Amino acid sequence: MLELNVNGRIMRVDVEPEMPLLWVLRDHLGLPGTKYGCGISACGACTVHLDGEAVRSCSVPVSTAQGKKVTTIEGLSKHGLHAVQKAWIEHEVPQCGYCQTGMIMATVALLEKHPQPTDAQIDEIVTNLCRCGTYARVRKAIHALAKS
Amino acid sequence: MTLTVSRREFLKVSTLLGGGLALEFSFPMLSRAAAGGPGTEVNAWIVIHPDERVVIRIARSEMGQGTFTALAQLVAEELDCDWSRVSAEFASPNENFRRNHVWGAMSTGGSRGVRTSQDYVRKAGASARQMLVTAAAEQWGVPVAECTVDRGVITHAASGRKLRYGQVATAAARIAPPKEVTLRDPKDWKIAGKPLHRLDIPDKVMGKPVFGVDVSLPGMLHASIAQCPVFGGKLVSVDASAAGKMRGVKRIVREDNFVAVVADSWWRADEALKKLVIQWDAGSYAHASNDTVTAMLQEGLAASDLPQARMMGDTATALKGAAKVVEAEYHAPYINHATLEPQTCTAWFKPEGFLDIWTSTQDGEASMIAAAAASGLPLEKIEVHKMMLGGGFGRRGGPQDFVTQGVLIAKALPGVPVKLMWSRSEDMRHGFYRPASIVRMKAGLDAQGHLVALHTKVACPSILKILRPAALPKNGVDPTAVRSFYDMPYAVPNQQVDYAMRNGHVPVGFWRAPGQQNAFYRECFIDELAAMAGQDPVAYRQSMLKEDDKNRLVLEAVARAAGWGTPLPSGMYRGVAVADGFDSFTATVAEVSVNAKGEPRVHRVVVAIDSGYVVNPDTCRAQAESNVIFGLGSILYQENNLKDGSIVESNFHDFRLPQISEMPQVETLLVPTGGFWGGHGEPAILALAPAVCNAIYQATGTRVRSLPLKHHDLLRHSSLGNEAGVT
Repeated sequence: MLELNVNGRIMRVDVEPEMPLLWVLRDHLGLPGTKYGCGISACGACTVHLDGEAVRSCSVPVSTAQGKKVTTIEGLSKHGLHAVQKAWIEHEVPQCGYCQTGMIMATVALLEKHPQPTDAQIDEIVTNLCRCGTYARVRKAIHALAKS
Repeated sequence: MTLTVSRREFLKVSTLLGGGLALEFSFPMLSRAAAGGPGTEVNAWIVIHPDERVVIRIARSEMGQGTFTALAQLVAEELDCDWSRVSAEFASPNENFRRNHVWGAMSTGGSRGVRTSQDYVRKAGASARQMLVTAAAEQWGVPVAECTVDRGVITHAASGRKLRYGQVATAAARIAPPKEVTLRDPKDWKIAGKPLHRLDIPDKVMGKPVFGVDVSLPGMLHASIAQCPVFGGKLVSVDASAAGKMRGVKRIVREDNFVAVVADSWWRADEALKKLVIQWDAGSYAHASNDTVTAMLQEGLAASDLPQARMMGDTATALKGAAKVVEAEYHAPYINHATLEPQTCTAWFKPEGFLDIWTSTQDGEASMIAAAAASGLPLEKIEVHKMMLGGGFGRRGGPQDFVTQGVLIAKALPGVPVKLMWSRSEDMRHGFYRPASIVRMKAGLDAQGHLVALHTKVACPSILKILRPAALPKNGVDPTAVRSFYDMPYAVPNQQVDYAMRNGHVPVGFWRAPGQQNAFYRECFIDELAAMAGQDPVAYRQSMLKEDDKNRLVLEAVARAAGWGTPLPSGMYRGVAVADGFDSFTATVAEVSVNAKGEPRVHRVVVAIDSGYVVNPDTCRAQAESNVIFGLGSILYQENNLKDGSIVESNFHDFRLPQISEMPQVETLLVPTGGFWGGHGEPAILALAPAVCNAIYQATGTRVRSLPLKHHDLLRHSSLGNEAGVT
């Protein structure tokens, strides 16, 4: 039995230590906001925070997450929407929306590190893939957040 | 079970309870609509609650294009309700079947979502408004003509009385719908035509379970699938001795052309799948490759007696008499849709012969039909719960392979809901690809360089032949294969378009703006001719378009907005193209640079689009942005190669998607001229590739006649290197 701290709650789950965190969240803990896109860390749809750092949960064995704080989109904000989620609504960022929970988690981590990110920093850190083409609005929303 | 609000939902609940099990899965959007007491179905499209909430039913699918909101805007506009109280939900495919297709077509493709349903959804709103006003007038005993409506409040000015929609909805539902209604002039729109926030976005940014892959049901199992790597191949045998013993594995399902592992989590199913020892019979295409596809298409180009998609004038004679004849051959590869959400279907065979399906589908009714075929159940016993799509782009409409498989897998475990999700590699290697094609164009020019004759030969697999054979015209000419040629707007007196249908074994499908490769071929070739005539590319096109041709209007609009003809910073070059499709007209100017290593970069894209009317300008702009980045990947590097009968690429490491750093600045000019309804989901991709490649010619002197660009040496040549063959 593994013990995990997910969104501030201690959860116990009986899974193989090598099972990627993504599948523990989605199929064993009932947190489907974190998405599968590629399984090889290429797309970032599975981005969650481990102790505040953005990681691609498809490639993180669940054993690595033990003793760390896991934050998913469902636990991003304890009260209402997180500022990044509000900005995403305000700027109409999502299209299909499938990649956007990962995109939001990547952006939250970016802004923690660089509250006023340059375009180059956005390019370097928000490398999540979006098939619909929301990138222009992602950038616009990030810059708007940096100003506020 | 909380969905007990309307007659429609009552029916739905009955269906579910008839199956003996109540549904515990909650849809955020449905539960929001259902909260707070019963509502009244005024007509099939509109449910009004006593607290003034209005639920609008949407028959088309939502895959990011914004139709879910735009259609609600059109209904609400005519209904004249308070938009802040509007929510939307998907209409049920099963109920559509049982209620004599009251919601019309559910198929969502071809940028049709708004343009082909705007008329009847607006009438539904107007009809309901009239019924509500009549109900109020009857209650007051006054003539309907003395009553006015504003945002859901009906007023009788003479007596100062007011009633809200919620107060008269029940009475209104009993009134016969009016035989005729008058629709508002779009210039008077208050809700439609405005950049309102999309209704589906809040749930999506919160990570609510809205997508097909998010379905969770009591006791649900998960399935991962392996299909024969060679299209059309069959399963021979499976050794599951290792896989069957793995933790959580419940069942190995063997079918004619796939094997699936069912387990208690998807990862466990997929890990076990990798341990299966599978023998396939690859069939007769085991040695198919890029070369065999090219040979097949070239044979088509060489064939005689091809059917014609267009015959105008006498092209052969005009070519003989031309001052100059120019010939060029263009090519584009197969490309996968690569929706970020892989194909998925949850199926649940219930006692008493009911089957429930949850899936990300562009066509809920096609899903239902596929489920009926795979299950052997009649349609009335099947419900399809339409989920939000994690991308569609044409992958999830015509082909319903994922539903067929999901049903066959769940059939092996009656009473247990099973969620099938494809791995990325299955998704990459089992698509319905944008067809690979080769097109040969032969142009006759007069002494001044004017285009007087164009003979086009298209060799291309037929999407209709594969996916909608009944829709293929008798002459065998698939319009998606000859788009942009059979309907070319340029005033060229002699035109002949021949079509060689050569299908091969790779399944082809409706990839965003099906046939859009042809706009690349045509508009690049026109650019070649303009250069040969020593004319400006915009002016050359203008000279072939009538004054009032909407293609000309968007071309001129985009040229003005992009500053065509004005100087650019050093190293930047422009290209232009124009194309129409899906009843809209678009033109694009791209600004491109090519660095010292020969790497192209698209900096700015200006798109003009005339769709007649615009229902939500913000989502229309978003669609232009979407078309630019979706198109850019296919221009720069995307392709699916064929080796040993199978697709070579397997994931995003070898099938790249552009990243945020590659996103150009996109400027969208919405120039609706009214009088017609065009689409927005696809048109803006049409002119992108030629605009980019025409700019690359300006930058490098290289004519790009095939995509993707990664195969081209784009280092600047000292002289113009590869002019088209001139005779």
